[in-house]
Amino acid sequence: METPADYLQQIPHAAAVGMTVVRHDEVTCIARVPYAEHLVGDPDTGVLHGGVLTALLDNTCGMAVRAPGHEPGSVAMATLDLRIDYMDSAEPYRDIYAEAVCYKRTRNIAFVRATAYQDTAEDPIATCVASFMMNTPNEPRK
Amino acid sequence: MRVLQELRAAGRGQDMQAVVEMIPYARFLGIQVDQKGNEITTIMPFKQALVGNVNLPALHGGVIGAFLEMTAVIQLLFDTSCERLPKTIDVSIDYLRSGRPQPTFGRAIVTRHGRRVANVRSEIWQEERSKPIGLSHGHFLLTPI
Repeated sequence: METPADYLQQIPHAAAVGMTVVRHDEVTCIARVPYAEHLVGDPDTGVLHGGVLTALLDNTCGMAVRAPGHEPGSVAMATLDLRIDYMDSAEPYRDIYAEAVCYKRTRNIAFVRATAYQDTAEDPIATCVASFMMNTPNEPRK
Repeated sequence: MRVLQELRAAGRGQDMQAVVEMIPYARFLGIQVDQKGNEITTIMPFKQALVGNVNLPALHGGVIGAFLEMTAVIQLLFDTSCERLPKTIDVSIDYLRSGRPQPTFGRAIVTRHGRRVANVRSEIWQEERSKPIGLSHGHFLLTPI
């Protein structure tokens, strides 16, 4: 069986951003993006672009929906909606973390909230709520 | 941002291609700007590093969100010729269709431009403009905190 970390390496964009799993259990997932020059959004300050947070939050929320132990291919899903509030700029040259909790799964939809931070989840740089459509097609399109 | 001030001083305050070339993350995503008169279309050619689902394949949700946000900021910079990057306060994204391994295009409209905050709607599509793959609505802070 694949571990979640292996699973992230199979997602080209997650790998390109450098995303890794820190912790993953039944309802919670914590993932990390290391600071990198190619992710900078403001060349004057070196602050990471908001889009990096979007990718990290989206992916971490998705993993929280899919509890560990499920083969990635077995539960296909698609992001329906993602709303992010940016509380503070990320400090440059430091890694960012996201912690997502899937607080409700129904047959069709899963609901997730997440926090992005650098020190602790109590001091967030962004928070987000997302919903995912479950059991979407996962076969190559014609 | 220094580049915004320099471009403005050189009378190129509305050269948005020059702006995206200065942003490392925009270069990483491969974002380009097509500027015809006062109309701005952002373009994101497909590449493997943008994929989030290899089975379909489909663009990563984060890439779609980032492209929507970038489209909004570029339109805002073009409309205002401001000297600093607007700061995203919040953004709400609707994912309408999965993004195929094709080029993606974006347009944004500044729905309200206040003294401190601007509201911007963005739309991105691939083959057909009438079939957007993602929509967003965001608030952006224009003044330093």
